[in-house]
Amino acid sequence: MSTQLKSLAILGAVATAIGSIGATGASAQEMEKCYGVSLAGENGCAAGPGTTCAGTSTIDYQGNAWMLVPAGTCAEIELPGDRMGESEASLEADGYMGLARDLPEGLTDEVLAQYRDTMM
Amino acid sequence: MYDTGPRTLPHAAGIGYKAPHFADLRADPGPVKWLEIHAENYMGDGGRPLAQLRALSEHFPISVHGVGLSIGGETALDADHIARLKHLCDWLNPASFSEHLAWSTHGGAYFNDLLPLPYTDETLARVVTHIDQVQDALGRRLLLENPSTYLAFEETTMQEVDFLAEIARRSGCGLLLDVNNVFVSAVNQQTDPVSYIDAFPLDAVGEIHLGGHDEDEDEHGAPLLIDAHGSEVVDPVWSLYAHTIARGGPKPTLIEWDNNVPDFATLRAEAARADAHLVPA
Amino acid sequence: MDAHEFTTALLTPDAAPPEGLTDPAGRPAGRRFDVYRNNVTASLADALETGFPVLVKLLGQATFRQLALIHLRAHPPTSRALSQYGAEMPGFLDGFAPLAAYPYLADIARLELGIRRSYHAADAAPLTPEGRDPEALMALSPRLAPATVLLSSAHPVLSIWRYNTEPGAPKPQAGAEAVMITRPQFDPAPHLLPQGGLELARALDGTTTLGAALEATLAAAPRADIAALMTLFLGSAALTLSERP
Repeated sequence: MSTQLKSLAILGAVATAIGSIGATGASAQEMEKCYGVSLAGENGCAAGPGTTCAGTSTIDYQGNAWMLVPAGTCAEIELPGDRMGESEASLEADGYMGLARDLPEGLTDEVLAQYRDTMM
Repeated sequence: MYDTGPRTLPHAAGIGYKAPHFADLRADPGPVKWLEIHAENYMGDGGRPLAQLRALSEHFPISVHGVGLSIGGETALDADHIARLKHLCDWLNPASFSEHLAWSTHGGAYFNDLLPLPYTDETLARVVTHIDQVQDALGRRLLLENPSTYLAFEETTMQEVDFLAEIARRSGCGLLLDVNNVFVSAVNQQTDPVSYIDAFPLDAVGEIHLGGHDEDEDEHGAPLLIDAHGSEVVDPVWSLYAHTIARGGPKPTLIEWDNNVPDFATLRAEAARADAHLVPA
Repeated sequence: MDAHEFTTALLTPDAAPPEGLTDPAGRPAGRRFDVYRNNVTASLADALETGFPVLVKLLGQATFRQLALIHLRAHPPTSRALSQYGAEMPGFLDGFAPLAAYPYLADIARLELGIRRSYHAADAAPLTPEGRDPEALMALSPRLAPATVLLSSAHPVLSIWRYNTEPGAPKPQAGAEAVMITRPQFDPAPHLLPQGGLELARALDGTTTLGAALEATLAAAPRADIAALMTLFLGSAALTLSERP
């Protein structure tokens, strides 16, 4: 296709797209919703659950030999090709803290050491 | 000394703002005359949280209550965090700004809790320096809140109430008196809450907090109250509040309910109960 | 008080409380210190649970809670705004041996973080086709709106997300997926990017015209459906003409 024909094809496609998009406008009710409230944890100044055991719970972590067994929908999803797959995800970071690819290297041996030989 | 903005908190009842109550507050706030928000939840760049806050600020005076400044910390205050607070306060022009006598950061990590500090000449000097820095940066007077405490420090040399009074005297800051925290700490430290209120410099108090607490006990069977903000204000705390108002006069009073957030009607009822203490009979 | 000792004990479940902390009778603090330990641990685990609802569903709540405890002790927050907590979760999952059999989990975490980032992103007037003819539109140089977030995954990341959030969504099939999250008003929505979508999104940098970006897209992905791409980008508020702040 010549450059001119290609441009005409693009122009036609854009015209089709414009025709298919309805009018948009902000509605006042949109502000009233509290969708997931914040989609994230919120700061507060209340204390947590007293002396219950979250803070003193240890994990019986044996490094590579220890498996964390998913008990949710992971069990329903079978993606055989993924098991050997290498994740190549990339997120356009646009300056957002921590989402870029230069993330910390998971758990180091030193970090893991503190979870070994402890009891549930 | 500092510009407190054109608006101040009314000597009436307010509530801690929660997003599920946005529509209720716009429809019929009842006795709720002002709102408090946690500063750190409004440090995003845009979207619904800031749009809701902007809309509410057109109808209610807003108190910005910080939880992450770590004023009681050993290390210098975080310049970026102060800048974010300043950005929020300049944008919103709140009626009040307050923070806690506590610390929450160390070595670059944030622990998301109001951790306790010993009361000594050294920590006093440090807290005053930090408050000077915040008040200068924000161009506003800060109200400092008394904490709920669960343990004591061997190195402490001052009573908490004297420590707070001296901070206010030296820095010119105001105080936020959390009456539930007074009660929780007094039970946990086995001291007398009424004496604490009687010794408190009520003239410096710009706001009062009321909230619910949980009951637990330590390993020796001693009562251990937890500042959980997940239930109604209990009667002994209402009595202590009545005593406070009788001594110091009416003050802007906040109902704090952060966990197991109830429906708006429940909060309205708590606010109405506080309001009854503030309106002359 | 030694803050280092205090905070180390906060995150070390079986450590003794620091010296010098007592109850009113002068005895060592014991459970009184555990109150602070629990506040920190439970509130951070709760924040992770709120921030990663699909990870919770995939792993089950009890398993996620174990993961959260390990994660928060290895990576306590660095930001004081809890809405940002969890940014290190994808990298953590990528290197987390006990879940190596589920390599898509890290990308699910990236998708959930992306939705969160979109929710809190700056407001910007979206580019819509209203009142513009195709030629005028093609001469504009829009950029991605601040709330538009891209994710390219070797896994069916959006299908997995939908399977866990939308009733009746089909079971995910193996295969790579590219996702664009957009925020028309206040609520972010993830969209599957068709062929050429990533190329188009990356070309729209605020200095390239839409016409040139579409030609570059066709050069890189000759089978790209331009009408479908334009319907998605212009109909979901993905683009803006506003300047960067």
